Amino acid sequence: MNKYIERLYNGIIKENPTLILMLGMCPTLAVSTRAMNGIGMGLSTTAVLILSNIVISLLRKIIPDQVRLPAYIVVVASLVTVTELLIEAYLPSLYSALGIYIPLIVVNCIILGRAEAYANKHSVGLSAMDGLGMGLGFTAALTLAGIVRELLGNGTFFGISVFPESFEPVAIFVQPPGAFLVIALFIAIMNAVGIKTRQRKLVESDGCDMGCAGCAMASECKKAEKAAPSETAKGGSESC
Amino acid sequence: MLKNVILLIVGGALINNVVLNQFLGICSFLGVSREMKASASLGGAVIFVITIASAVTSLLYTYVLAPLGIDYMKTIVFILIIAALVQIVEMFLKKTSPAIYQSLGIFLPLITTNCAVLGVALTNVQNEYDFLESVLSGFGTALGFTLAIVILASIRERINEKDIPAPLRGAPIVLIAAALMSIAFMGFSGLSF
Repeated sequence: MNKYIERLYNGIIKENPTLILMLGMCPTLAVSTRAMNGIGMGLSTTAVLILSNIVISLLRKIIPDQVRLPAYIVVVASLVTVTELLIEAYLPSLYSALGIYIPLIVVNCIILGRAEAYANKHSVGLSAMDGLGMGLGFTAALTLAGIVRELLGNGTFFGISVFPESFEPVAIFVQPPGAFLVIALFIAIMNAVGIKTRQRKLVESDGCDMGCAGCAMASECKKAEKAAPSETAKGGSESC
Repeated sequence: MLKNVILLIVGGALINNVVLNQFLGICSFLGVSREMKASASLGGAVIFVITIASAVTSLLYTYVLAPLGIDYMKTIVFILIIAALVQIVEMFLKKTSPAIYQSLGIFLPLITTNCAVLGVALTNVQNEYDFLESVLSGFGTALGFTLAIVILASIRERINEKDIPAPLRGAPIVLIAAALMSIAFMGFSGLSF
């Protein structure tokens, strides 16, 4: 497979940042009350992610290793401020719907995570595609959560009423507890689908090619045992 | 005055709980809540850092950013200040009180990227709180974080011994526990003074 296309596949499916790697949970839970908000937040993050990956990849030979994290934070924070001002100017309704979560893109661990894990080791083109793939994976998860929550909690699909009038919306799904429930359900479904293939792969080899963070089989998996110490260290430095 | 103080602290801790209601600091909430002891230490460190960060960012905003008319720079300035502050607090504790450093030390670097810290600083500016109000709301918010993570940790310690259906093992069951806690905390929204 073409390695640029492979980056897209990796970001959207194989290492989906939200559902497989469990990164960037705060915005996922917070803004998925409406499908439209999910798309808006997802695309804003995607824009920042692509640009930050490009800038960091360009600067990867210039930034000294010891101060790379502060340097990344400055790059990301500048890009987020630009994005915030643009949204405020051109999409005021989205700006008021997302509110404080736009500046908080700075501390979204997907962005620093990709800078550290990918962009500072790879070429500009590949890093941009990695940003695009990860961003679209994040957008897809957010929008899906938004669609489910909006449909159950408000009875609408992208703002259009789809149920007969007798339908009583389950308001809890647009309230905070609904966010936890819907994401829990998504991950449980991914696990239920994944468990069979993972079990087969476990018998055949040392582990599967998926991430271990959200994996239900982690306790029986050799790869997870190996990955566990580094995974906790990684989660430690990047807990958003 | 006293009523205001209570309102800010109780409001931050219970009514608008930072984790269960505003979804800030979810990563450490889910990541560090495996054990009670670690959760309590992280909570202590978060209270410490958020309270100081609220004070410093409030002063900085009122006396530097706003007069110069560069308040759009607040995101960049706040995140750098918070990162530097955490480093300073860490070095200060190491020198002056090794006992506190022992129990909070390893959690301090974690807090730099905890979005609750930046979230509180930005909310304070948004709500136009003065210095004292910022500090109190920061303290209340951090108290709420600690309360939530300690409760979740004690629930998880019990869940661990139960037989959970395979697809729900790991993250999903923790999120469901958080959802039930969130429902319980919604009960506080009726509180008024």
